[in-house]
Amino acid sequence: MAFWLSKSRSISSLLGKRIGLLTILHERKNGSFLQSRRDGVFGYKNSPEFSIKSATFSATGRRFKSSKTGEQVELPSSDEDDDENHAVDFPGGRVAFTSRMNFTSESSGKRIPCFRVLDDNGYPIAGSIFEQVNKEVAVRMYSGMVTLQIMDTILYETQRQGRISFYLTSTGEEAINLASAAALSPDDVVLPQYREPGVLLWRGFTLQEFANQCFGNEADYGKGRQMPIHYGSQKHNYFTVSSPIATQLPQAAGVAYSLKMDKKNACVVTYMGDGGTSEGDFHAALNFAAVTEVPVIFICRNNGWAISTPITEQFRSDGVVVRGQAYGIRSIRVDGNDALAVYNSVRTARQTAINEQRPILIEALTYRVGHHSTSDDSTKYRALDEIEHWKTAQNPVARFRKWVQGNGWWTDENESEFRSNIRKQLMEAIQLAARKEKPPIANLFTDVYEENPPNLVEQERSLGETIKKHPQDYPSDVPL
Amino acid sequence: MADGSLRKIGRFCLIFCKQKKNRTEGGCVCTATKIGRRGSGGGRERGFSTTTATTEEKRSPQQQHSQGNDNKKSSNINLFTAINQALRIALETDPRAYVFGEDVSFGGVFRCTTGLADQFGKNRVFNTPLCEQGIVGFGIGLAAMGNRAIAEIQFADYIFPAFDQIVNEAAKFRYRSGNQFNCGGLTIRAPYGAVGHGGHYHSQSPEAFFCHVPGIKVVVPRSPQQAKGLLLSCIRDPNPVVFFEPKWLYRLAVEEVPENDYMLPLSQAEVIREGADITLVGWGAQLAIMEQACVDAEKDGISCELIDLKTLIPWDKDTVVASVRKTGRLLISHEAPITGGFGAEISASIVERCFLRLEAPVTRVCGLDTPFPLVFEPFYLPTKNKVLDAIKSTVNY
Repeated sequence: MAFWLSKSRSISSLLGKRIGLLTILHERKNGSFLQSRRDGVFGYKNSPEFSIKSATFSATGRRFKSSKTGEQVELPSSDEDDDENHAVDFPGGRVAFTSRMNFTSESSGKRIPCFRVLDDNGYPIAGSIFEQVNKEVAVRMYSGMVTLQIMDTILYETQRQGRISFYLTSTGEEAINLASAAALSPDDVVLPQYREPGVLLWRGFTLQEFANQCFGNEADYGKGRQMPIHYGSQKHNYFTVSSPIATQLPQAAGVAYSLKMDKKNACVVTYMGDGGTSEGDFHAALNFAAVTEVPVIFICRNNGWAISTPITEQFRSDGVVVRGQAYGIRSIRVDGNDALAVYNSVRTARQTAINEQRPILIEALTYRVGHHSTSDDSTKYRALDEIEHWKTAQNPVARFRKWVQGNGWWTDENESEFRSNIRKQLMEAIQLAARKEKPPIANLFTDVYEENPPNLVEQERSLGETIKKHPQDYPSDVPL
Repeated sequence: MADGSLRKIGRFCLIFCKQKKNRTEGGCVCTATKIGRRGSGGGRERGFSTTTATTEEKRSPQQQHSQGNDNKKSSNINLFTAINQALRIALETDPRAYVFGEDVSFGGVFRCTTGLADQFGKNRVFNTPLCEQGIVGFGIGLAAMGNRAIAEIQFADYIFPAFDQIVNEAAKFRYRSGNQFNCGGLTIRAPYGAVGHGGHYHSQSPEAFFCHVPGIKVVVPRSPQQAKGLLLSCIRDPNPVVFFEPKWLYRLAVEEVPENDYMLPLSQAEVIREGADITLVGWGAQLAIMEQACVDAEKDGISCELIDLKTLIPWDKDTVVASVRKTGRLLISHEAPITGGFGAEISASIVERCFLRLEAPVTRVCGLDTPFPLVFEPFYLPTKNKVLDAIKSTVNY
């Protein structure tokens, strides 16, 4: 009873105060609704909060006309509705009451800004505060980005020539790859999605090791079992890539829990794309990581496209960064094409994650310049000039090069010498990888379980007989 | 949202009903307890006889894994207490063992984790958010770091959100990495099967789905003693295991269980009743029903051999083949729907191996191809008399 009285008093008082605004707001509501649809995910020009309020007033207004609230309308009201004296210790903490029926807005009305320290021309932005990268690290980061570019170009072509079955480039996302890797320690455990080979490159995985995996030869650590680009390396603390989107995320929370229990001075870093954030595993992971308070950094490469699905058809939130707060996770949005900004964000995230034992969410805004994979032709669903813009004007490698060269740490001569050197190394690695034998047939059956169970022993024997009988049915390059 | 609240309602119902049952039956949870269900004819007498299992232990002492405790010491306990003992031993013997899942901190809705959080602390025994894919995904990551991750899914009916993590991740973790990484320390426990009043979502037996997945093991115990020894084996097995616990037997089945640390072998079936005329194969709670049918068949002069498969994949084909070669007949029984059930796999394998020895078609007595029903549960289930009729018609084929 008391509750209803105070509520009606307050709403009525609001009515009295704001009744003059009602008509205007109401009219605006319809307009803004249409506008928000047209603007799609980033249409924040409208004022959603107003629309809701106006709808509320119009619904409740009629009721009070017939009730005896006339005198209550005249009662003084306070704008400070959140009254600490009228709060209750609900499970989860004390919550103050308010007499204003106020739906929270679907957005803050303004997009979360994107942290960057280098401008488009590679000059530090005036007033930006960031940790300097020394020459050695900067050159290594830059040369890693170039190496990744060359690897992508040549292995993509290798697939086009039919020499490997599949490939997937990281073009446009070189800065996220190398800069995030550079900000970590080798003890930090990486659970990749599949567009982060640069992290493995930074950690010392050789061009030969990349080529071996893509050719699925006997030297492939995965024993020829997975498609190209499904790299993994125990010695580099880099979990083996699996194709399903986002499955690595809740696993990362579990890995981080282990680091926490062992009191390791290390964290977990796991990557995903913008599409991956729509998977249930993303929600599961962020929630688990927040609740278990584990040192894990979630890095979302928001490159705008999930194969052909643009982010406007992926979510209605202001991207990914805003999700963090809902899970109780500290988050940052960073320019994924600014290597220094990525480096700084990940470095700080790492310190926080380890020192405070908490997860961090990083949304790195970027663009997938390449097709999704060799099985995709992205010109079928996006404009060429859009791709061209990101390939040239917003190129992360070119921007970082300007900064590195601006510091006098890199020259045009270094550039051409390095590029031709890497190209040569890679061509040799590919030749060697192609010449190597495939893994022996026994590898088809091992590692399903730690030991082969009787059904697999039987199937291996049976297959052996079939191969002897019909050798022409089977590839000759797989040793028996 | 709606799903979550429904589950909660279901959960409370079960707790309430269990308490009610205990009151009406005086808290008695001995194996001889009968749950009257539409007279004795279609009735299901639950719980496995203690003698069989105990004899088996005496027969195979080498299977027991001693940790220096008094091997002879044992006590009469129910199945959830046996699970609890196994978990306690797992936590005691391996500092890298962790137990987690929904509501495990206070002991779990079936009391399997009672006292563990108090004894081992909330870092090693803890609640998780209500998210099965999160529980299994988290468990995979934990296991991949060399830990024993013992995850509880509150009901097997709710394991499906974790299906992707189990099928695409846990099962392939070792294989896809070329044995660089593995999550062999992962054990997923989930109560399965009929409970008398569970309806669609507290009764299912989803084992067959997981038997189609190379890379994991699927294990179902039939009694307290089996549950303890098998669970310890699963936890210490270097492969990910899905361990389905017969929830109807949690309180109902009581038997003498050694207090020490012991393990029972995986992928090894057991002949729990020897016979000459027909082989019956089952697992988990259904074995008790099948044994009653065997007892009744014996009165009609039919000698039945009953096999507990225990591990569904990779399964012990040899034991079943040897038995069918002797009896010439095979009957398989499980609660899960008959179509695509694991009985079909056993049937096909045995026909391949024993075709000329078979005197009659292989028979399956299973759940119906309907969702698991509430009011109609006694009609749905493969009850004793359904099994008995099938035994008779197979023997008289």
